[in-house]
Amino acid sequence: MSAQAVRARAQGDDALDARHGGWFVRITILAIVLIWLVPTVGVLVTSFRPEELVDSTGWWTALAHPFRAAAWTLENYRAALSAGGFGNAFLNSLAVSIPATVIPITIAAFAAYAFSWMDFRGRYVMFVAVVGLLVVPLQMALIPILRLYTRGASLGTFQIFPDLDLAGSFLGVWLAHTAFGLPLAIYLLRNYIGSLPSSIIESAKIDGADHFTIFRRLIVPLSVPALAAFAIFQFLWVWNDLLVAYVFLGGTRQNQVLTLALANLVGARGENWQLLTAAAFISMALPLAVFFSLQKYFVRGLTAGGVKG
Amino acid sequence: MKTSTDKPASATEVAVEPPSAGARGLWVSLLRLVGALIVPSVGFFLLWATFDFLRDENANRGLVVAVAIVVGVGGVFFLFWGMDRVVTLLPTRYREGVRPYVFVGPALVILTVFLVYPVINTILISFKDARSESFVGLENFKFVFTDESMLRAIRNTAGWIIVVPLFGVSIGLAFATLADRLRRGEAVAKSMIFLPMAISFAGASITWKLIYAFRPEGFGTNIGLLNGIMLGLGQQPVPWLQEQPWNNLFLMVIMIWMQTGFAMVVLSAAIKSIPEEIIEAARIDGASELQVFRRIMVPSILPTIVVVTTYMVINALKVFDIVFVVGSAETNGTEVIAERMIRWFFISNNDGRAAAIAVVLFVAIVPVMIWNVRRFREQEATR
Repeated sequence: MSAQAVRARAQGDDALDARHGGWFVRITILAIVLIWLVPTVGVLVTSFRPEELVDSTGWWTALAHPFRAAAWTLENYRAALSAGGFGNAFLNSLAVSIPATVIPITIAAFAAYAFSWMDFRGRYVMFVAVVGLLVVPLQMALIPILRLYTRGASLGTFQIFPDLDLAGSFLGVWLAHTAFGLPLAIYLLRNYIGSLPSSIIESAKIDGADHFTIFRRLIVPLSVPALAAFAIFQFLWVWNDLLVAYVFLGGTRQNQVLTLALANLVGARGENWQLLTAAAFISMALPLAVFFSLQKYFVRGLTAGGVKG
Repeated sequence: MKTSTDKPASATEVAVEPPSAGARGLWVSLLRLVGALIVPSVGFFLLWATFDFLRDENANRGLVVAVAIVVGVGGVFFLFWGMDRVVTLLPTRYREGVRPYVFVGPALVILTVFLVYPVINTILISFKDARSESFVGLENFKFVFTDESMLRAIRNTAGWIIVVPLFGVSIGLAFATLADRLRRGEAVAKSMIFLPMAISFAGASITWKLIYAFRPEGFGTNIGLLNGIMLGLGQQPVPWLQEQPWNNLFLMVIMIWMQTGFAMVVLSAAIKSIPEEIIEAARIDGASELQVFRRIMVPSILPTIVVVTTYMVINALKVFDIVFVVGSAETNGTEVIAERMIRWFFISNNDGRAAAIAVVLFVAIVPVMIWNVRRFREQEATR
């Protein structure tokens, strides 16, 4: 804490009380949280109810008699977890999600730094192109990419993109997820990195640091909140993705990811859909753990020490 | 210390690294090409060569997964480290000229192959017939702007890109600001808003079934919460998702529910990076909480608000899954542009029309892009 803030604290409790909200703040927060929770609670309650009851009574009625043993069951979870290939699918999801989170963040952070603090020809055009690419619906890109993976691309007889046989490989999925995540990552990180004070970068340059050193020693540590925020989104998106993994990795037992294994629980005619409620909570566990573990990076004052003009 | 975004740059701040232009010529251009294209490609092929192991059907899955994670994560770090090594081998005067292209190179290569190429492909197809065999001129675009269902989709999408960002950003900003001032429980409160983002898509479709479900009288109990409330109030159950035009709004609620967490987390990170001293100083000077919010917090995080709004506008423009899963968009009048595109592409197998709809999507984003470029330049001018 700086001397100024210490003085502020000492000058009186008024400022301190203002900083922490009173009842208004607490009640508003509570109200929004409750509204936001209703749909999720519905799923949670349903995931513990037997199939016949799910279809014949509203889920909120179960809350009226919370101690009626017959109204609750763990059967949905047992059925979801005992579906074959579950452990395998969990491992596959990890192998897809972790690199597909780290790769785009790394590539995007370098690009965002270049767009913010380096001067080179074409940077406006490139940045506009990146923002523009945010709008490409990924469903539209899947088929051309799959064609590249299986056949490459040729202009006449000249092979302009080699046939890499990437379909069904982890690398193929990582690159696809990287490409779909990059525009947002570059956009978010450029906004953050570009708003860091120029004085710290200038002084590092005067001290003789080159761009690579500035990036590694200054920019990355200062950008941890933004990097953590994007890491959460990218991880969630990749973890919950079904389409990209299905198209590029395939639906075999060996290769299927968690979302696909869970989707397969539901029969072709839509029976067993209540299993999805249990499955939804099983697949949520890891992303929530990631969110909680990254929470500590969203703290006040992480940049305060470095941001001195 | 920078206290506001509109402070003019101080005279002592030098323009950011102007590499003395000219006197470089062909040699540097060549080096740039090497930096931007060949080095990433080499790294890429090295990675790819190790992948035979990862395809081995008989290998232990746990081991394969562990190797995959190490190779994937290590590979990207190695790529940049290796490229930096190569750059330092260059003569000093070329180094900083080549480096920007090394930094942006990998991003540009991947984006070109995976997004720009499909876009060009799509634009070409939009001028061709249903099976992309012969050119039909502007026929597909004529369809887009005359078909009744398409016009409804365009109108509905306009609603989505206004309502969803408006509510998502407002609620997210309000929540992030207020949660920042909780003495305890900020992390828990934020997690609850964030929760919907962690639910997979299949899960989310079930979630809202439990809210909006409707059964007419005599067809069983209503298991949707809203109709449970209606019956409790002595009203008739309402087929929420068939009530035009309000059903559009009910679908937007789903997206607001899912996306507010995004706005909240990003805005919260921005709020946390406002130096506390500035806010404390304003409070000591007697600023009311509303003034602190309007005069200090909002201006400080304005760039982030723009980014979050842009992202939500684009996402609302691309919305398809919510509408698609609820189904019967045409009878319910809930069509949106991206949903029409998917329908024409995957269900009606008319590639030309689907591509033309996609092109309309790209064009719709142009105003948002112009707005962003303007901001980009402003930010550079003021720092």
